[in-house]
Amino acid sequence: MRELTNEILELIRRTASSLPKDVEDRLRASIEKEEPGSAARGALETIMKNIELSRANSTPICQDTGTPIFYVHYPEGTSTRRLREQIRSALAEATKRSYMRPNAVDAIYDKNSGNNLGGDDFPYIHFEEVDADQPLVIELMLKGGGCENVGAQYSLPDNKLGAGRDLAGVRKVVLDAVQKAQGKGCAPGILGVSIGGDRGSSYVKSKEVLFSRMGVRNADPKLAELEERLTKEANELGIGPMGFGGQTTVLDTKITGMHRLPASYFVSVSYMCWAYRRRKMTVTGEAVEYD
Amino acid sequence: MREITIPISDETIRGLHVGEPVELTGIMLTGRDAVHKWMTETFIKKTREPKGDDLQVYTEIKKYIDRGVLYHCGPVVSGIDTKNYKFVAAGPTTSIREEPYQALVMQHFNLKGVIGKGGMGAKTLQGCVDTPGVYFHAVGGAATFLALTVQKVLGVYKLEEFGVPEAMWVIEVQKFPVVVTMDSHGQSKHSLLDESSHKVLDDLLARPY
Repeated sequence: MRELTNEILELIRRTASSLPKDVEDRLRASIEKEEPGSAARGALETIMKNIELSRANSTPICQDTGTPIFYVHYPEGTSTRRLREQIRSALAEATKRSYMRPNAVDAIYDKNSGNNLGGDDFPYIHFEEVDADQPLVIELMLKGGGCENVGAQYSLPDNKLGAGRDLAGVRKVVLDAVQKAQGKGCAPGILGVSIGGDRGSSYVKSKEVLFSRMGVRNADPKLAELEERLTKEANELGIGPMGFGGQTTVLDTKITGMHRLPASYFVSVSYMCWAYRRRKMTVTGEAVEYD
Repeated sequence: MREITIPISDETIRGLHVGEPVELTGIMLTGRDAVHKWMTETFIKKTREPKGDDLQVYTEIKKYIDRGVLYHCGPVVSGIDTKNYKFVAAGPTTSIREEPYQALVMQHFNLKGVIGKGGMGAKTLQGCVDTPGVYFHAVGGAATFLALTVQKVLGVYKLEEFGVPEAMWVIEVQKFPVVVTMDSHGQSKHSLLDESSHKVLDDLLARPY
């Protein structure tokens, strides 16, 4: 297996400093929806300038470089232990180069590790085996704390919201989560929603669904319809960019369904901020390609 | 756009209203969770004895924030090894976590402004009326853009103890863009929007699926 630390370092640099084009396009398209001279429009214009500057300077789009979430699809026979080591060294080096802020704080002793490495769980790395003739694909998402903090999990039925155990109930709790988030998750946001699972798997899935591109709809027409409806209705709330008031509160919604226990019906909402940083590298033999 | 120079007078503060965009120029201090807790416990409520360089740091930061501005920010800073510090990325962090402390800190240090994102609650709003002061909202996530308004890093306190994001950085900024979202007249853009969006939510919840 080849040594990939430098290539992973490059993946981290790109993810932290260069917003994916599909996200940038959505943000740009939302500017025209806001009143000229409004705080909402001003915020979006600042966001666009920031996107350009961070890409040109290789500096973080947001100073909160977030939880690094790696999804590694490795061909059968690859050493995941060595891949983990390479990911971890690349992350420490990225921190040294200021692509990443030192972000791993020991929760008991309040000590920042200084290099983004902390215990076995920071960074978060998920391994998935693929056939031996497939390329190695490493996906990275950086999810900041502001938006992570406004994420929510509901156990249905929710009597206060009148939300039962069906898609009508799911719709209600997701809208409630967006209203509660206000601008605190750095709106305009992107919603990752998972229905089912246990508390743990449900939250994980609600993040995993955020690896897909903007506008990609669930293959199930019922869920695809709810995705579009939720984006539209969330925008009726009028919270707007940064919570300044305005037309654009949510850019897209992604929903996935899971199996659940007969007794449980969880709905998890992961709120992703506008700085929706996700990138991918594909290793085929000697060739490394970035998206 | 209106430009305001730090330190800021009470008269200027009273002239600011919710919704107004402003550009700030002058020296400010960064401070977030660890700093607010440290300030409150050690010097305001005095539930913790000062330790190490606490008293010296207290005396020095007072100079910077009397009639000044505290910025809720955990920056990315280069030159940590060489002490040739440079702000690389420096957007605002979520302010509401400082709600238990903010009004006390504003009054104790005579702060005229707090910069952050997401807005703050009733206690801080009352603090804005009493001090008087305002809450300035910066654009969350616009970290590279905002770091470029930092002309100079003048110093840092508690770097070793609190770590890079939580330390108190003294920075000189030029034309740092913000919007007033809580003013000294008791108005808050955040509570207004919370109410109006709640009404819309109630209507949406009543719609059939």
